[in-house]
Amino acid sequence: MAQGIQEDGETALVEILERCNALRLAPPPADDALPAGYSGTLGHFPVYFPEEIAHAAGLLPVHVLGGGNKLELKYADAHMGSFVCSICRSTAELGLNGTLQPLTGFVTHPICDAAKHLAGIWSRNLPEQLAQILYLPQNVNTPGAVRFIAAEYQRLRGELERKTGRPIADESLRASLRIYNRNRRLLRELYAIRRDEPWKLSCTESYLLLRARTRIPCEQHNEMLEAALPAIRARRRAAQDKPRVVFVGGFCEQPPLEMLETIDDTCYVVDDDLLIGMRWFTADVPETGEPMWALAESFVERSAASPVQHDERKTKEGYLMEMLRTSGADAAIVTAAKFCEPGLDEQVAWSKHLDHEGVQYLILEFEEKMTSFEQMAMQLETFAESLLFSIA
Amino acid sequence: MTIDTVQTPATAAPAEFDARVEGQRLMKEWYGGLELAGERGQPVANVFVMGNAIEILRCFDFQLVFPEINSLQTGVRKVSEEYLRLSEDYGMSPDVCSYVKADVGLILKEQKHPAGLIPKADIAIASNMCSTFIKWAEIWERMLKTPTFVLDLPGQRAANWEVRPGDAQHAADARWVEAQFRDLIERCERITGRRFRMERLAEVQSEVNRMVGHWNNVMALNRNCPAPYNAMLDGLTYIGIMNVYRGTAEGADFMARLEEQLRAQVARGEGKVAGEKFRLLFSGTPCYVSMRRLVELFESWGGVFAYSDYLTFAAGGMDAGDLVYDTSRPLESLAEVTALAAQRGLSNQFFAHERLAQNVRDYDVDGIVFHGIKSCRFVSSGMADTRDYLNKRLKIPSLYIESDLIDPRYWSDAQIKNRVDAFFESLNQRGGPAPHAGRAAAVPLASEASIGGEA
Repeated sequence: MAQGIQEDGETALVEILERCNALRLAPPPADDALPAGYSGTLGHFPVYFPEEIAHAAGLLPVHVLGGGNKLELKYADAHMGSFVCSICRSTAELGLNGTLQPLTGFVTHPICDAAKHLAGIWSRNLPEQLAQILYLPQNVNTPGAVRFIAAEYQRLRGELERKTGRPIADESLRASLRIYNRNRRLLRELYAIRRDEPWKLSCTESYLLLRARTRIPCEQHNEMLEAALPAIRARRRAAQDKPRVVFVGGFCEQPPLEMLETIDDTCYVVDDDLLIGMRWFTADVPETGEPMWALAESFVERSAASPVQHDERKTKEGYLMEMLRTSGADAAIVTAAKFCEPGLDEQVAWSKHLDHEGVQYLILEFEEKMTSFEQMAMQLETFAESLLFSIA
Repeated sequence: MTIDTVQTPATAAPAEFDARVEGQRLMKEWYGGLELAGERGQPVANVFVMGNAIEILRCFDFQLVFPEINSLQTGVRKVSEEYLRLSEDYGMSPDVCSYVKADVGLILKEQKHPAGLIPKADIAIASNMCSTFIKWAEIWERMLKTPTFVLDLPGQRAANWEVRPGDAQHAADARWVEAQFRDLIERCERITGRRFRMERLAEVQSEVNRMVGHWNNVMALNRNCPAPYNAMLDGLTYIGIMNVYRGTAEGADFMARLEEQLRAQVARGEGKVAGEKFRLLFSGTPCYVSMRRLVELFESWGGVFAYSDYLTFAAGGMDAGDLVYDTSRPLESLAEVTALAAQRGLSNQFFAHERLAQNVRDYDVDGIVFHGIKSCRFVSSGMADTRDYLNKRLKIPSLYIESDLIDPRYWSDAQIKNRVDAFFESLNQRGGPAPHAGRAAAVPLASEASIGGEA
């Protein structure tokens, strides 16, 4: 009987994962295919975006994460230099080829200069959309940062209200905060399984479950996670002899799914920074009081870290070491997307620090459009064997 | 100031003033000052050319190190490759900013620069105007233990963004910038052990006002036909002084004398390029290893760069309109002007089509030359799209070339020459330049020409 329940759970989980994968490859939904309560879609670029504001405006927040390795560039080559990272170029392509035409707006952030330029490209080529840079500050340490962020969120709120013709009530924002707080708790549970019982959930599966929120409403994503988590916990999988590693470098451009699968073949990835913006808050956002202030304060006081956010309290080396410590990892896989200046700079800093600390690591450079993984698989096998030998 | 005042400088410039020689002297003196900082017990600050709070640092008598200028100087002095290779051997990627890499090379060479020994900084100010500034400062934090202050300047948020002094958006942005300035002042007091004096800030601002007034006029004078200077050769000396000597009497005096000299040139009808045939706009950064060669390729066809956006964004965006400090309320005014400059003169790079369209009209140019830099995403990422947009909307001829800031490995002389030649041939086929004889000279806007001008 128990075996039967477990099989049913696994079947349901497989179905959920298949749906997640379909969502990964899907364009943003058209306005006439949106769930009830939504009047349009708001695209946003990595890393972090306060989705609650769009959600409360009745706009489905959709992550714009480039084109993966199935998209052929036809237009972007003439609009962005070959030295620009793949995610920016393929995002431009999706705007130019019409895939992202239905968006109500597109918001990018000061994470890097190429990302900021996307707002200009959008305004020149898709002038009917709301194209904005949300100036999330790179100084979160000076008193006044919360006030500035709250004002910037209010500005965005006003822009969305004008665009949709629909006021955003504080109560709607609080309702959105509650839905997203639920999501944050579920995602923390998901990552706890990765940390505590990594044999039950691969990095690839976890990534698919996380990424599904980029195309569906948060409330639907909550339901999906609530169905998936018990099934994952019920899995009867035996632990394998694999090293425990942390993966970093996936904060913006996304590695191909095949790359994550290749890593899963040889390692347990017990923590990562994949789509870290979706898990940016390390604790719940206060649900009482002024909602914009609560979001802004959380950005400053209860947030994760990435190579594209300066914070005097969190050195890049410090947070990587913290990830290694809290996840009980043996080693790190330090990646960077090709042509990603912040990522490539960080890769040097991280590798020097790991050398200094005597932590083993593997350097990998990737591109979202890469399609061949044989060489990477060989590197990973060698890395894993050497780790198993050294920690045995 | 009217058009007439710009075009009627009766006095001849003093014969002894040579902007290039004087500029070189001042830069040499600055490098000499850097070497002596330790002996003099002067604090040292690393700053960038965009968003740097120089006015505050001068109140504490900081010696200012401009790492971008150090890096470009390795290119000018033809030794950049040595520094770049050192940093690549250290692990830096070939695909990141070559200024950063040359600076890492400098650190690995224990601060030995061809212009002298560069002192280690007591503080670094990195603004968010170029995202690489922050990563660069983090490198100093790691390699040199330099404390960093990130100055976050809210930039232009969207196309058609209009922010006016005193409106609600400007007030909110300025309030945030002022909060950071107050924080920075406290840190500088701790580092230097000196007290901040508001009167000193007002003095520095007075010098900046004087300098920027002349600078605006210098920029505006190049709207005349023929253009009295080449924005991508002479202009590079001028912005060097704008950066390094901003807030000093020497800097303001230099700019005053330069303006006087250029006015005299305009009055005499002297252009920088003999027989000026084409007025051009250069968008992007120079290639410092082949700077003279690049300009020569254009001048040989009678082309002059009447304007470059480099002169705006690489000089702090201070010419971006009505940026005058109110010295009766120094700190508030510093924040207000800094917030405006960030939006009108720096971060508007991300919506470059708007500014360039205006520049084309102001400087009456025949074409735009876009210089894409592989390692500089700030100027280059949107360049091809901007070019496409302007081509379609303004029908303005343009040329796109690629090389690097200081990496000689990316300079391909024959390829660039071919493209430049083809560009001029196409300009000629379009009927050549507009006949200057009958063409009214491009003239400065009254508001820009009059700020702080003495003429």
